[in-house]
Amino acid sequence: MPSEAQFGAFAGIVAMALATYFTRVIGFWAMGHVPMTLRVRRMLETLPGAIVVAIIVPLMARAGVPGLVGIVVTFASMMLRRNEFLAVALGMGAVSLARALGL
Amino acid sequence: MTSPHDRAEAPYWTLPGLAEGAWRSTALLPGTAIFSLAFGTVAAQKGLSLADAVLMNALVFAGAAQLVALEVWTNPLALGTVASIALLTAIVNARFVLMGAALRPWMGALPAWQVYPPLLLTTDATWIVGMRYRAEGKGDASIYLGAGLAIWAVWVAAVVPGYLLGAFISDPRRFGIDLMLPIFFAAMLVQIWRGPRRAIGWAVAGAVALVAAQLVAGWWFVVIGAVAGSIVGGFVDDAE
Repeated sequence: MPSEAQFGAFAGIVAMALATYFTRVIGFWAMGHVPMTLRVRRMLETLPGAIVVAIIVPLMARAGVPGLVGIVVTFASMMLRRNEFLAVALGMGAVSLARALGL
Repeated sequence: MTSPHDRAEAPYWTLPGLAEGAWRSTALLPGTAIFSLAFGTVAAQKGLSLADAVLMNALVFAGAAQLVALEVWTNPLALGTVASIALLTAIVNARFVLMGAALRPWMGALPAWQVYPPLLLTTDATWIVGMRYRAEGKGDASIYLGAGLAIWAVWVAAVVPGYLLGAFISDPRRFGIDLMLPIFFAAMLVQIWRGPRRAIGWAVAGAVALVAAQLVAGWWFVVIGAVAGSIVGGFVDDAE
């Protein structure tokens, strides 16, 4: 017999899950109800990169010098080797190192 | 006039695509595991049961939102708090709305019963692996499902040792875990680069997001910046 406390936690988790599922499906669903004009298609083509840049820039700016070092190392690695695993490892290594050095 | 989507394949499903999707997500799996370990540790400190921590990872599967929810979590959790936690979760995950919209040109031709279940596995990591694959002009939707399942499995499994062993990753910042996502996204940006026309919209997205991050709390800067950049991108013409 679950106690009221356990039920509260369970309800919280289910509510969080439903809220998250809503955000995961609503954008896809909504775009099915928008006429796919040339402008809309170009917006959608720009959107993935725009999301990526809108995440990177503020988070890295917030992280200061280690963030800048990490991003430069990551870009450099990708340009030279095109290996994502290597680039992420080097980028995060560079962040750790810069932080260990107190930059 | 052609655009990448004119040449891109229509969506389809394959069994090998599931394995390839999992393979393409491997660079993100160590970071996902460490993030999950750290979440397990916080969950234990906040008084969640182990079963609740595993259940939350399995059902919600959204690290940033889960950490924010734990900030306001109480034990026991009053039913009155449940609604505000749900709202908070939706706000932190608002970027998934845009990610879903961006998947429409790829998966829009699939029947609803095939596309909505994999969409429920959308995370930043799943989505970027998928978009990186789509940028190659290929259409196998199994990549998205395979990547989502691999990341989900690691996310669910790693919370257990994190919960039980407690503070053995007391400061994930030291390993750069808090910057794993932007670093991975930076690597992906090189892969989805398609020339300067779209970069105008991207630059606007970055600038607007940077300003928004100073003015608005939470994750809204992603949504505000990406929408602004996308609108600009919609009005930049190919012919220039």
